[in-house]
Parts: sequence; structure tokens; C-alpha cells
Amino acid sequence: MSASTAAAIARSIREGQTTATEVVEAHLAEIERTDGDVRAFLEVLGGTALEQAKAVDAGEVTGPLAGVPIAIKDVLCMEGIATTCGSKILEGWRPPYTATAVRRLVEAGAIPIGKTNMDEFAMGSSTENSAFGPTLNPWSTGHVPGGSSGGSAAAVAAGHAPVSLGSDTGGSIRQPASLCGVVGMKPTYGRVSRYGLVAFASSLDQIGPFSHTVEDAAIVYAAMAGHDPMDSTSLPESVGDPVGAIGRGIEGIRFGVVTELAGDAIEPEVAAAFASAIEGLGAGEVSLPSFDHALSAYYLIAPAEASSNLARFDGVRYGLRIDAADTTAMMRRTREAGFGPEVKRRIMLGTYALSAGYYDAYYGQAQRVRTLVANDFGRAFEDFDILLSPTSPTTAFEIGERTADPLAMYLSDLCTIPANLAGIPAISIPAGVDSRGLPIGLQLMAPALEEERLFAAAAELETRIGFDAKPALTGGAE
Amino acid sequence: MSRFETVIGIEVHVELSTNTKMFCGCSNRFGAPPNTNTCPVCLGLPGSLPVVNEQAVRDAMKIGIALNCEVARSCLFHRKNYFYPDMPKDFQISQYDEPICFGGYLDVEGGRVGITRAHMEEDTGKSTHIGEGGRIHDATHSLIDYNRAGVPLIEIVSEPDITGPAHARAYATELRNVLRSLSVSDVKMEEGSMRCDANISLREPGGEFGTKVEIKNMNSLRSLQKALEYEEARQAELLESGKSVTQETRHWNEADGETHSMRSKEEAFDYRYFPEPDLVPQAPPLSLIEEIRSSMPELPASRRARLAEDWALTDQQIFTLTSVDGLLDLVSDAVERGTDPVTATNWATGDVLAKLKTDGVDADQSGLNGHKLADLCELVANGTLSTKLAKQVLITVMETGKGPGEVVEEEGLAQVSDESELAAIAEKIVNDNPGEAERYRAGEEKLLGFFVGQAMKATRGKGNPQALNELFRSKLSE
Repeated sequence: MSASTAAAIARSIREGQTTATEVVEAHLAEIERTDGDVRAFLEVLGGTALEQAKAVDAGEVTGPLAGVPIAIKDVLCMEGIATTCGSKILEGWRPPYTATAVRRLVEAGAIPIGKTNMDEFAMGSSTENSAFGPTLNPWSTGHVPGGSSGGSAAAVAAGHAPVSLGSDTGGSIRQPASLCGVVGMKPTYGRVSRYGLVAFASSLDQIGPFSHTVEDAAIVYAAMAGHDPMDSTSLPESVGDPVGAIGRGIEGIRFGVVTELAGDAIEPEVAAAFASAIEGLGAGEVSLPSFDHALSAYYLIAPAEASSNLARFDGVRYGLRIDAADTTAMMRRTREAGFGPEVKRRIMLGTYALSAGYYDAYYGQAQRVRTLVANDFGRAFEDFDILLSPTSPTTAFEIGERTADPLAMYLSDLCTIPANLAGIPAISIPAGVDSRGLPIGLQLMAPALEEERLFAAAAELETRIGFDAKPALTGGAE
Repeated sequence: MSRFETVIGIEVHVELSTNTKMFCGCSNRFGAPPNTNTCPVCLGLPGSLPVVNEQAVRDAMKIGIALNCEVARSCLFHRKNYFYPDMPKDFQISQYDEPICFGGYLDVEGGRVGITRAHMEEDTGKSTHIGEGGRIHDATHSLIDYNRAGVPLIEIVSEPDITGPAHARAYATELRNVLRSLSVSDVKMEEGSMRCDANISLREPGGEFGTKVEIKNMNSLRSLQKALEYEEARQAELLESGKSVTQETRHWNEADGETHSMRSKEEAFDYRYFPEPDLVPQAPPLSLIEEIRSSMPELPASRRARLAEDWALTDQQIFTLTSVDGLLDLVSDAVERGTDPVTATNWATGDVLAKLKTDGVDADQSGLNGHKLADLCELVANGTLSTKLAKQVLITVMETGKGPGEVVEEEGLAQVSDESELAAIAEKIVNDNPGEAERYRAGEEKLLGFFVGQAMKATRGKGNPQALNELFRSKLSE
């Protein structure tokens, strides 16, 4: 099943060559066979998935994704289904409501097949920060899948689901897509409702798809994008026809390479694959100096918002509670026991950045850098229609390699963070493999609301690159 | 009186009586069973997002305009971060440096008070501490009702222009009158829909501001004044004896009539305010501001001027009429039906108000309305009822809701004015009391009262006293 795309699966179900039940059963079998190697899933939703498949086969559910299994990052709420965010602190919590993005996909016929592993509260670049153990890279199980949406990236790479959902705050979709050899896309901030997405950094978070093809990414994106009155930051503008944009080609599109994202920090093999992938595009170069400060700004803004967003996990209303003599002590002990070290580190960082007397020097300054980054993008998009860079400075690193060095880990998001700070859409597509056979990703960035252009260009590059390598999973692990 | 000058500033929190809460669609009804007016948003469940209540924004603008404030063309919500079990998100969505209304004033007895700002925020839930004393320290456990969480609040902050406890009370009273005239809130201090916190300090006349103390927990206008009087005296005593005032928050205890220290400045929270990333800036269009401005109801000050001019009422009558809910409506309705304003006002501010206070109900909860008051006044004017009987009828009307005519009919209270009937009675009394008749005729004219009294007794109070006076006078001079 692993080669099948969402588009092909939906088509063959529509045309009667197969049934949704067969499709779901085949994917459940594949999860059974190889998820022991990868550990992409925190929970497999076999029962409900088969029920939904029956409804599709009975003609009760139609839509562009009717019968297509989809894996859901465990940061998205689904009514009655445990949602952990990769954290112990949400132990036992079952949301009483479903995220808008998931609801829209289900309405389009997609079948949630499981909840996937992630770095705790989406904080991390390797999925090693999950309280439930790491997910492993399907291409090499000694390596990380990237993160924080590592489970969703690995699930697609391993053929457990043709498409999946992730969330991207600083690269959490694109970086694992790059490390797992799949397509990963972050929409314009506000395109996809965040209602039901457990917040990490509200002003940066966006939900987006993983897939094998750019077309599939466009199909999933189109099914969930569009205004939602439940999210005040949701954009009212029309989504247009992102799927129709596939095949429009790149005639007249001016490509630019951001020099700050293609310099010394990039591993030579990645740089070489990047250069070869963009050959023949006539890409120019553009220097965006503010990007040198983007990473620092991000690591103030995101933790600041997180420190506030994560305050509600206090043991009072839901999730873990460690009892104590009084409420304050109960809250303290609950949070001490419930959060992992990286989450605690960021809460501390963010609390500090917002503190009286430091606010302006840290949070305020970071917001000014954010404005500069957005302005730099605006300037670059006067001369170029699509900006290019490697997605990740390196290919997948080994399990444990960066866990002791947070700063090395933070550098994983060097190339992806600017798009989050500016709120623009970006996509990572596979561009080759390194000498160890580990995938390399290429990032395309477009101006805000220009998803159609982004998909058109990415589809054309996808065809030119002709990436067809596949991970080989033997199965048999526990 | 001490040699110091008192400086007071007041923060008033007003719960808006909108249909729904500030950031979600939950009902904003007081008194529902615990935790029934709740949803993922006001419970702060992970993944939920706030959406601003447009009605609350309109009400906030209305309040600002009534308080002569400038209405901001763009304002922001901020997060005020602190841990508290009553607060589902462990932060409160409030406004900080860009409030919706600012720079106004209110003219009250004792002098104009500047309004620094009026801003929007959400209320918290309510804890009940179960255990020995009902206080948090000796509770075995606490129950939280989140029905109030997310109820729209307007915080109105005054300048430190208030010169003493009486002035403070006048300000709070007039503010309450203004808010009531806008129909935006119940403004009931006992139910907490209007809450006053006061900052008070003393200084040498014209000197630098002294150290201020914040006092909380005043549940009536009377206790606001009492608490300030207590605090004014406490601070004066400290300063007179060469001691200094500690900057702190103090709790007013109604039972012992004293303020008690809650927390000192050192224990004060660092709220780490930052712009709420889940909400976009509010930018009410000028047309909306103008629409609200042009549809403002009559405010108490201009209403008072109108009453003095049109109805020739005394200041005290006007004050009472406009300070008690529904009283002015009652009189206005009666006047509309032809009752003389002064007569209607005398009834309203006299017997009607006394009965309302005895029963502890609002005017609109009693059986009386303007129509019935007009009827009652008419029955007195046309001689059907004596004033004394009318008071009796009024009580029955207020208790039963019956019309005055109906009460008179049922209880047979109509005044006996029939000449021949009264003449017969008078005749009999004169004949039965020859001694008194003799004395009257001999010049002891005050005995007229005795005869009238006897006649009233005989008619069980229903005889027309004027008619009886005349009758006896003529009969005894025969």
C-alpha cells in the first residue's frame, strides 16, 4: 500500500476497484506489521476507522477523500479520543469536541486511522521529547524522524497512512517531512483553523498535511482550509483552487535562493542535493540579513506564548493531578511531575522573557526582529515569486545525538523558522538521499495566501526531481 | 479631622448583562446550577479559542461614551498571567495599554472625577471552600463553579481625584446610576455584578502622594464609605504617630468593621502581560461609534435637570427617584396618564418605597405599576378614598397586583360621601351626645374632632372627613 496516494485511493474507491474497508484493513495490517519498528502511533483507531469505512462503502459519506486513511498528530482534539500532546500531564483526558480541521477532513470522507507520536507539546525537532518514547525514522531506525510531528511524518513514510496531519510552529511539519522523505506543507497563518489544536505558540502554530505527493498535500489542505468563526485569527479570504494549481507549471515564476539559509550551516551533501535539485530554474540569489536573528527571536516568542498557553495544565480540571496539602502545592507538584525537561525549559525561558523589567529587552525585541523578517520577505517577494532553501541543514541525526545539547537541536529549524515568523506558506519536498541513504528535503516559500503558486511550483519541481526512493521496513520488531 | 488630605482612586468591575459570555456562546445568566453554563472555551480546554462578543464591545463603547471617554479606534486584548484555580486558563484575557475607552470624567456631588480608562475583560469562576470556617485555610476541599468564568466585565478606573469617603460613595452611586440608565448591567453590589476596589492614601495638603493601600471586599455603597473611613483614620493615626503606611492590599471585614492585610507589595504578582495572540486587534469602525453615540439613552444628570425643570421636584425627590430601580418609570407612567408629577412622586418616594424596602423587592417585582398608581391618585382626587384609606389600598395593590378600583370594591373601602347617609349618622351622634353638643355650642370648638371621630368610627373609617366637618359644624350651630 505504501506507494498509493490519497488521490489514487479515493479514485479506486469511487470507481469500485476497491472498497474503503479493504483500504483501511490493508493500512491497519501494515501498521500491525511495521509500526513496532517505527512507533509512529500512540493509539491506532482501528474500530472507529472500520466503522467509518463501512459508512463510505454504504455511500453514506462521499467527498474528495472518501475512504482515505489519515493519521492525526496527537495535538489535535478528537471527541472522546485520548489526546496527549505527547505529555504525561494530559493523562486520561478525552476532549469533548473535535478540531475544525479534523472535522472538515472527516466530512470530506477521510478516515482517521490513529493518533501519532510527537515531541511533548510540539516542542522539539526529533520526537525524542515524547513522554511515550521516541518515534524512529523508517529509513533508518537508528535515526530520528525529525519533529515535532515525527509520528505523522514517519507514518506516511512507512506506508501506515497515505496522508497525515501535523502542526508547524517553527518547522515541525517541514523538518520531519525532509528527514522522512515525504512532502510536508505549512499553510499561510490563518488559512487552517486552529480550533482544537492544542496551542504551543498561538501566533506561529499552523496545521498542515504530510503526503507522498504535492497533489495529495493540496487535496488535504483544500479540504480543511478556509474561514472558521471559532478561530478569530482565521482568514476570511477564499482558498481558491489549490488542487487545480497542480500542473500549471512554473512558466514566468522567478525563483530566488535565500543566501542566509544556504550557507555554511548546511551540510555539504544537503547543499549539493539542493543545488542539483534547483538546476535549470534560473534561480537568483537574495540576501535577507534579518534571518540571522530569526532563530533567536523565535526562541523568545514561542516559549513566551507557550509559558502562558501551558499554564492551564495545573491539575485542577483535567489530566494528571498529584495531590498535595493545598492548591498551590498541588499545582506545583502536578506540573513538576507532568511536564518533561524540554517543556520545563521553554516555560522557564518564556516566563523570563515576559517578566517585568525584561519584557522589552526580550519579548519586545524579538517582536521587532519578527517585523524585520516579515519586511525582508516582503522585499524579496518584490523580485522573486518563490524562495528556495534546503529544508533542514542536515539529514536525520542519530537517536540521542542532540538530546544533551538543546542549542544543536534548535539549529535543526534554522531554515524553517522564518516562514513561521512571517506567517507565509511553505512546503518541503524530497530532493534526494545522502550517501547513507537518508532523505534530503527542499523548501519552497511563497507570499502569504499564495498557496496555489506554492503547490504549482512544488509539483513541477517534484516531477523534475523524480524522487522515487523508498524506505525498506522489514517488520517484526515489537 | 486630621491635618492630612485624602486621595482616593476607585476601580469598579461591572458584569455586563449580555446574553452570552465574553468569548464564547455560553449563556450569561446568573443563578444557573453550577457548571451548566460552560463549554470548551470558557472552561479553557486545550485547543479552544476565544471569539470576542460584539455586544460586549458595543456595551463597553456605550459606557465609555456615557463617561465622556474617548473611544479607541483600535484596541488590544492582553493576557494577564497568574495561577488561580478559579481561572480556567490560568490567565485572564484583559486589556492593558490599549483599552477600548480612556480619558473621561464623571461629575458627582463633591466634584468631578476623572476616568482614566474603561476596559474589557473576562470574569473568573467562583470557589466554595468546604470545611470548618468556609475559608480557604481551614477547608478540606473546594468546589469550583465556572458559570461565571468568561462573563464579560468592564473595569472602570478613576483618576485619584476623589477627596474622601463621602465623595467616593457619591462617585460610585452616580456611576451605578449611569450604568443602570444604559441597561448594560444589573449593577447589584450584593450579587457582585458591580464590585468596587479602592486605593487610598493620605498626604500633606498639596504635597506628594503618600503610600497607597488597596482595599477590597466592599459589598455595598455603605460599606465602601465605611471601609474608606476606617482606612482614612487608620492611616492618619499611623502618620500622626510618626509611623509609615505599608503598601499592601487590605480586606474589608463587614462584621468587625475593620480592614485586614491580605498581601504586601513584595508578594504582588508579576502578571507578565503580553498581547493575546488568539485575538486580533479590535477596530470598531467610526460609523459604529457614531451609531452608538447617537442612540444613547438619557443619562442621569440630564434626566435630573429635566425633572427639576418639568416636574418642579426637589433635589432630594429627584435623587431618590433616579437612584432606585424602576421608581422613575413608575412615576413617568403615572404622569403620562394624567397624574400630577408631585403627587405621583410623593407616593413613589414615600409609601411605595417604604413598602418595597420592607418586602425587599424591586419596583418591577411589586404588584404596582404606573397605571395603577395613576388610578390610586385619581381615587383620592375624586374623593373616593381618603389618603389614609389610599395607603391601605396601595399595600394591597403592591402585594396582590390587583387594581386599586378592584381593591376598593372588594373591601368596600369607598368613602361615604353621600350627604343624606352622613347627615343621618351625624344627627344620631349629636343626639347621643348631648353633653358634648352643649359644650361645643358654649364655645369649646375643638370638640368638633370628637364628633367627626365618632362618625368615622360609625362608618368604619369610610366617612368623608371634609363632608363630616361641614355637617357637624352646621348641625351644632342650629
